[in-house]
Amino acid sequence: MTQHVSPPRGSTDKAAPVEGPPAWRVRLGRADVRTLTLLGVLAALVLIGGITQPDAFLDTRNLQLVLTQASVIGIVTVGVTFVIISGGIDLSVGAIVALSSVWATTVATQEYGFAGILFTAIVVGVGCGLVNGLLISFGGMVPFIATLAMLASARGLALQITDGRTQVVTVPSVLDLAERDSYVLGIPPLVLVFAAVTVVGWLVLNRTTFGRRTVAVGGNAEAARLAGIDVRRQRLYLYLLSGLCCGIAAFLLVALAGSGQNTNGNLYELDAIAAAIIGGTLLTGGRGHILGSVLGVLIFTTITNIFALNNLQSDVQQIAKGAIIVAAVLVQRRTASTH
Amino acid sequence: MTKLTSRRGMLFGAAAVSAGAVLAGCTSNDPDGGDDKAAADTQPAADDKPGKPVTIGYAGPQADHGWLNAVNDQAKKRAEKYSEITMEITEGSNDTAQQIGQIETLINKKVDVLVILPADGKALTQVGLKAMRAGIPVINLDRIFNSPQAYRCWVGGDNYGMGLNAAHYIGEKLKDKSDAKVIELAGIDNLELTQQRTQGFDDGLKNYPNIKKVARQAAEFTVESGQAKMAQLLQAQSDFDAMWNHDDDQGVGALRAIEQAGRDDFLMVGGAGALSAFQAIKADSGVLKATVLYPPTMAASAIDLARALGQGKGVSGLAEFEIPSTVTCYSAVVDKDNVDQYMSTGFK
Repeated sequence: MTQHVSPPRGSTDKAAPVEGPPAWRVRLGRADVRTLTLLGVLAALVLIGGITQPDAFLDTRNLQLVLTQASVIGIVTVGVTFVIISGGIDLSVGAIVALSSVWATTVATQEYGFAGILFTAIVVGVGCGLVNGLLISFGGMVPFIATLAMLASARGLALQITDGRTQVVTVPSVLDLAERDSYVLGIPPLVLVFAAVTVVGWLVLNRTTFGRRTVAVGGNAEAARLAGIDVRRQRLYLYLLSGLCCGIAAFLLVALAGSGQNTNGNLYELDAIAAAIIGGTLLTGGRGHILGSVLGVLIFTTITNIFALNNLQSDVQQIAKGAIIVAAVLVQRRTASTH
Repeated sequence: MTKLTSRRGMLFGAAAVSAGAVLAGCTSNDPDGGDDKAAADTQPAADDKPGKPVTIGYAGPQADHGWLNAVNDQAKKRAEKYSEITMEITEGSNDTAQQIGQIETLINKKVDVLVILPADGKALTQVGLKAMRAGIPVINLDRIFNSPQAYRCWVGGDNYGMGLNAAHYIGEKLKDKSDAKVIELAGIDNLELTQQRTQGFDDGLKNYPNIKKVARQAAEFTVESGQAKMAQLLQAQSDFDAMWNHDDDQGVGALRAIEQAGRDDFLMVGGAGALSAFQAIKADSGVLKATVLYPPTMAASAIDLARALGQGKGVSGLAEFEIPSTVTCYSAVVDKDNVDQYMSTGFK
């Protein structure tokens, strides 16, 4: 996979060479073009859904459904986007979600009710993220290998805890989170959390030192180190952040599915990475967009929804997903700046 | 050929004689009986009385879901019932190479009979053949080997029958409804067993021209996928009369989605026979009214067959001198009326 690597942001954007990008793109800015493209794809999907299934698709309940189904994987994707921007990768997110959800739903944990389940899910997520971060930052392991090891061991531990059994949640207040009665002004609580994580993620990436450091580390780790950034500590924090997102997502999944199972979070890592890529985050690091990732998740979830409403089987769906990933990357290569 | 003729002749004779015996009310148990004896009376059938000691080697996959856990439990508990049975149980594994190694260890230990539930039936055929060639008969449990030479007896579930029985149950319930609509929540679509279940379901529904299957979506046998797919199905189908869900594990998620959507205008039939499904059927407070079994007790039956085989006996209750070469377990429909009877077989 050859990717165009752009220098870290803050380089001379204004000094466009003679063979520079066309004037309309300079005015709009690269990020806006991408966001508009993604919004265009989403609008096209909404059109397709509306034409094929006007009653079922264009319906408040369906909007609530699509957003709810996007929430869990969406929160995971926000964390993964940060990691990818820093030039790393986190393959263990699905397994961490599984481990967090089964640990949070054991009989012992459920005795402590809502708080116990929430606390456990978050702590397990952060704990796994901490292990990933330590292995990568201070153990000198390659992120791919370290998180692959975490994928295997977290899934294994989840299986050991559950013995393969489905752990049904018996705490009503947790289950209520995903029930219609608890919607706030028609918005499901899960979607509210997803929105909050998205906004916070966007602010942290674009408006804080932490965000700028993340981009710098991904753009050129050596330059970042020379500029006085503690690269190792920064990376540790990023995997912690990814683990935290997994913990939050696991808690919401427990509420939604009403149980903990070692198969939870199956293949989240691939869905999250795919959403980040079509959202315009470079796998090589140094550039990324939270909003793009979230739009990517919404695009995939909407595709799933349209296919299900039209009673089409999932194999075709996978092909459509693949095609969209390829198309998105090709479009980005075309619109990528050539300075 | 002579063997065949003689066996057929014997059977014929046996049938005729036993009919006569019943008519005459003959209940003689004299083992040295002559021609007027029923074959069934001289048949060496396994019963509950201790017989010749048998060592059974048991190799299963890693118990990564409730049904497999139940299978392992059933096998162990059944073996404990017989004082003369010694069990050699391997650590379950989903890794083909590892499972082959474990079974080869059992072959080297020279167990009398092997009971094998392969993680992947096709991939483990060779080790089944190896055991058979070494003179250790193999009872192949559920996931079938590629070659009939790799096992002496296959015991397993009836995927086609699950679909058939689910369709009949739903069909009878909706018999008087014109233009009834049914939906199907399948398991993993690229598995042969899922296709067999769907085929059985469709074939069963053909008996009821008033019923039409309006939607089918495949989940992944997991709670999470059950919730996600069911939520979409409920949104897609604003009105239907019944549904069949292939698997009670994903049914936990499906029931969640039904609850979240606030729907109760249809009847639901599950599949496999999880304890949670039995409890819901017994409580009769939701849409789930029945489930079609894929009974984990097949593993207990496999132990019974292995014991009979090891002792050179047939199955009690049948006239045959040997155990059968295939046993397909019936997929019973469990509903409110008979759920208590099956409760103990429900898996968590």
